[in-house]
Amino acid sequence: MTAHMTIRIQEADFDIAREISALTKGRTDVGAVVSFSGVCRGSEDDQSVSALTLEHYPGMAEAEIARHAETAMSRWPLTGLTVIHRVGRISPGENIVLVLTASRHRQAAFQAAEFLMDYLKANAPFWKREETAAGTAWVDARSHDDAAAARWTKS
Amino acid sequence: MKVKYFAWVRERVGKSEETIDPPANVRTVGDLIAWLARQGETYAHAFEKPLIIRAAIDHTHVQPDAAIAGAREIAFFPPMTGG
Repeated sequence: MTAHMTIRIQEADFDIAREISALTKGRTDVGAVVSFSGVCRGSEDDQSVSALTLEHYPGMAEAEIARHAETAMSRWPLTGLTVIHRVGRISPGENIVLVLTASRHRQAAFQAAEFLMDYLKANAPFWKREETAAGTAWVDARSHDDAAAARWTKS
Repeated sequence: MKVKYFAWVRERVGKSEETIDPPANVRTVGDLIAWLARQGETYAHAFEKPLIIRAAIDHTHVQPDAAIAGAREIAFFPPMTGG
C-alpha cells in the first residue's frame, strides 16, 4: 500500500483520534502510531501568558513541511504521517501542532516523529507572538531548537 | 521582484509585501539586506541586525551569499518559532 501523507495548516483545532483513524483506516500493515501534540502553555519564565498568535508564510510553510515529510518517509519505513499546524490566536491549553507517524514497528515511528518536530521548530516559517500582562511580544528563537534539528544530520 | 516580510520584520518595515527594483550592483541576499537597510528609518530599524535576519527565495531557505538573479519572491523574517 502507498504511504499516507497529510499536511495541513489551519486556524481550527484538530481531533487527534480522528486523525489517527484516518492514518490507519483500511490498512493492516500498521503496528505503531506515534502522536505528538504541541500545546499552548499558560506561563513562560514565571510570566502568565494569556494567548499566542501564530503567523506563517503561506506557501512556504506547506512546502517546508512537505520537504521534511518526504525526508522522513525516505529515512524511515513509515506507512504514513500527518502534520497539522494551527495559525491565528491560540489560548493556553489549546493545541498548536500535531505530528503523527505510523509504521510497522515503533522505533521508526518514534524517531520520525521526533525528527519532524525538531525540523519543524527550526525550519518551518511560523512565528509566535505572546500576549502577557506586559503587552505583546514576539517569542525569541531558542538556540537549543537549532541544535535539536542539527543532531539529525550527524552519523 | 516581489519582497515579503514576516513577524517583527513586517511590523518594523510597516508593510507585508512590496515590489522593489534594486540597482544592478545588488547581487546577493546580503547585498539586498544592506540596500533595504538604507531605504529609510523603518527599514533601517527592521534590518539593523542583518545577521539575525533569515531569508527565503521562492519558498526555499537561503544564505546571505545566495544570488538574487531570477528570484520571483524574496522573503525576510526573524528566526522561526513555530511548533
